[in-house]
Amino acid sequence: MKTLLSFPLATLVAISAFGQVNVPFERIRDAAKEPANWLTCGGNYAGFRYSALNQISVSNVANIKPAWIYQSREAGKWEVTPLVVDGIIYVSERPNVITAIDGHTGRPLWNYRRPMPADVLGCCGPVNRGLAILGDAIYVNTYDCHLVCIDANTGKQRWDKVVADYKPGYSMTAAPLAVKDKIIVGISGGEYGIRGFLDAYDAKTGARAWRFWTVPEKGEPGNETWGGGDAWKNGGVGTWTTGTYDPELNTVYWGTGNPGPDYNGDVRPGDNLYACSVVAIDPDSGKLRWYYQYTPHDVHDWDSSEVPLLIDAPIGGKQRKLLVQANRNAFFYVLDRATGQFITGKAFAKQTWAKGLDEKGRPILVPGKEPSSDGVLVYPGLEGAVNWPPPSYSPDTGLFYVHAQDNYAQIFFKSKSQYEAGQDYEGGGTRNVLGAEPYGAVKAIEATTGNVKWEFKEQTSSNSGILTTGSGLLFAGTRDGYFYALNAATGETLWNFQTGGSIQGGPVTFLIDGKQYVAIAAGTALFTFAL
Amino acid sequence: MAAASVLTAVAQDHLEPPPAPVKPAATSQTPADLEKGRLLFSTHCATCHGAQGEGGKGPTLAQPTLPRASDWDSLVRIISNGIGGSEMPAARLEATEIELVAKYVQSLGSLPVVPLPGNPQRGSQIYASKGGCAQCHMIRGKGGVFGPDLSDVGRRRSAPYLRRSLVDPSADVPESYSAWRSDVPLPQNFLYVRVVTRDGQEFAGIRVNEDTFSIQIRDAAGAVHSFFKSNLAELHKDFGKSPMPSYATAFTKDELDDVVAFLASLRLDK
Repeated sequence: MKTLLSFPLATLVAISAFGQVNVPFERIRDAAKEPANWLTCGGNYAGFRYSALNQISVSNVANIKPAWIYQSREAGKWEVTPLVVDGIIYVSERPNVITAIDGHTGRPLWNYRRPMPADVLGCCGPVNRGLAILGDAIYVNTYDCHLVCIDANTGKQRWDKVVADYKPGYSMTAAPLAVKDKIIVGISGGEYGIRGFLDAYDAKTGARAWRFWTVPEKGEPGNETWGGGDAWKNGGVGTWTTGTYDPELNTVYWGTGNPGPDYNGDVRPGDNLYACSVVAIDPDSGKLRWYYQYTPHDVHDWDSSEVPLLIDAPIGGKQRKLLVQANRNAFFYVLDRATGQFITGKAFAKQTWAKGLDEKGRPILVPGKEPSSDGVLVYPGLEGAVNWPPPSYSPDTGLFYVHAQDNYAQIFFKSKSQYEAGQDYEGGGTRNVLGAEPYGAVKAIEATTGNVKWEFKEQTSSNSGILTTGSGLLFAGTRDGYFYALNAATGETLWNFQTGGSIQGGPVTFLIDGKQYVAIAAGTALFTFAL
Repeated sequence: MAAASVLTAVAQDHLEPPPAPVKPAATSQTPADLEKGRLLFSTHCATCHGAQGEGGKGPTLAQPTLPRASDWDSLVRIISNGIGGSEMPAARLEATEIELVAKYVQSLGSLPVVPLPGNPQRGSQIYASKGGCAQCHMIRGKGGVFGPDLSDVGRRRSAPYLRRSLVDPSADVPESYSAWRSDVPLPQNFLYVRVVTRDGQEFAGIRVNEDTFSIQIRDAAGAVHSFFKSNLAELHKDFGKSPMPSYATAFTKDELDDVVAFLASLRLDK
C-alpha cells in the first residue's frame, strides 16, 4: 500500500498551491491590475463588475462548457456574487453558511456555519448577497444582524458583533464593504418601522467606529423633512445594498431605501431625508459629505438601492468624476460625485408618475398617482423599473448595463398604519394587473446621457447581476434558469445554458492556472464554465 | 425596501404581510354599514363577482350558502387572504373594511335564486355528442387536455358567464393576477400561441411554458411541442383570444340552455 508520505512533496505542492491568503486594502483598491481575481463584491470599488480577461471572447464563447458545479446542502436560492482570491472561491450560502471552494475542482475547503433564529422578520427571505475580504479575513453580514469575521484560511470565527437587534425588524443581506481598516455595513427593515443607518467597524477588533443614521434625529439637519412629529423614529430608510468607494476623493457612496410607512405618507409630510437618496460619506469619520435625493416623499416603495456606480467620463467636453445610477423610479441619473450636483436624468422604462425631472433633477409629479383606498394604477409597480441586481459598466463600450423590468404596472393601495414594534408597517400594498405580463430586460444605457442603446428582452424580470469583459462579452442570468452571453456592443445572443435553477446571483470571471473561468450562482449551486 | 425579490407580477417571492386578525361576526348591521360594504364591494369585488354578486368571472355570491365560505370566519379569511391557486386575490382592505364587505356579501344570500331554464341531463348528452366538447375539455379525468378542465366550473363561474363563453369564447379567457408561478416560473395566464418555424412548419396551441429562449405549446390533439425561439420565424401570442369555436349558431336556444345547465351543475364538492 502506498502511503501519502510516499508521494514526492512537489506533487502535493502542485495540486494545492494556494499560499496563505492575504488581501490588503491596496490589492482591492488596485483590483483592475489583477483580473485573475475577484476581490470585492462589485469587482472593483467603483462597482464596474468588469474584467479585462479576454480568453473567452465573442468568437469562442459558444464553446464554453461546465467545468464543475458546487451544490449546496441547504435549500433556498442563492443571491451571492462570489469572491475569488488566488484560486479559492468564497461563497455565502443560505442561511448563514460560508464556504471556501477549490477553484480547480469545485470541492469545498472549509465551511462556516452559524445557527439562525427562526423569528427574523425580513421582508424577502434569508438571502445573502456576498462577502468582503480584507487581509486574511472574510466578513459576512448575517440575516439576524451580526457582522462576523472569519479566518480566510481556515473558516474559523474570529469575532462576532451584533449590528442591531433583529426583533423589531432589522435584517442584513448585503455584502460588507472593506475600506482601508474598516468594514462598512448596511441594514434592511424598511417595512417594519426601523430607523436606518450605515455602520463602520474596525476590521481587526470588530469595535464600532461610527454610525451614520439615514434618518436624522430632532435637532439635526434634515429632521424637519419628517413633518415635525415622531415619524422619523420609525422612518425606515434601509441601506440594504452594498455601496461604492472612490479612493481619490476618499468617499463612500451608498444608496438608501424607502421611507416608512411605505405607501401612506400622511404621518411624514415633507421630503423625508435621506430616504430614496444616495449619501456620500467620509469613511474615516462617518460624516455626510453630501446627499442627493432621487424620490422626495416616496409613497411607492421605490428604494434607491441600485449600485451608485462611479465612472470618469467627459460631459460637455470636460472630464468629470461621475456617479451614475438606474433608479427604481424608472429614471437613470448622472451626478457629479465630488459635489452631488445633478447633471442629467432620463426615463429608461415606462413610467407614469412623473412628467419629467426639473433642472435639479427633482421629479415633476403627475397628480393623482399616490396610493389610495380604491387603488391607483402606476408604472412602474412596487418592485420598480430596476430593483437591486447589480449593474455593470464597460469602459470599452461606455455603456452601463442593468437588469430592468418594463411595461410593468401595479395598483397601489393606501391604508391606515400604526407603528407597533416587530409588526409590518407599510400603510398599504399593491396588486398586480389582471392578465398582465411585464417583461425583464438587460438595458444597455449610454452612461453619460441615459440614452438606451439596446435592450435584450427576457421572459420575466431577473435578479441576476451583470458581468462585462475586456473581450466585449456580457454575461447575465434569467429567473427562468438561463446563464447567457451577449455581445456587449450590440446585445446579440452568443451562448446560453439552462442551469435548472433561478439565477439571482452575480456572475464573476477569474483565472485558475492561467485559464479563464466564468462562474454564476443558480438555484442552490455555483456553476463554473470554461473553454 | 419591500422587494428585494423582483416583480411581484412575475414571481411571488415577496412575502405578504400576515393577514389581519379575524374577529367574530359583529351582530349589528346598520343600513349605513351595508351601504359602505356595497361601495367597497363595487370597487374591489364586482369586476369578477358582478355588481349584485350575481357572478361572472367569479362565482355567484348571491346564494344562501357559499360553498367555500359557509361561515363568518371562512368568509373573512377568504376575503383577507384570497384563494391560493385560483384567480381570487387577497383584498387590499383594512380589517374593518373587510368586515363591511363580508356583511354585504352575507346580505346577498337573501336575494332570490333564479332557476336555470335548461335540463342538465340533456346538456350532458349534447356536451358529449353534438358539442364535441370532450375532445378538448376534461371532466373528472375524462376528456381532452387542450382546453381548461371543467370538473368544477359550475362553482367557479356563473351561469350567464358560461352562456357567454359558449356564444363568444374570446369574451374572457382565464387571466391571473400573477403572471408567473414561483421562482422557476410557469405561466398562469391562458394563452393561445401560433408559431412558424424557420423551415416553414406551422403549429398552434396553448402555451404550457415559456422562458427567455424557448416556448412549449400543447396542440389540439394534446401533443406537446417545444421550440427554441431562435428557430422560429414567427411567434404570435394571441392574448385574450380563445381557439374555441362559438356555439351561437351550432346549438339551438334549448340546447344552449341545456348545456349551460349541465356546466353550472359541475362541482367537485358534489
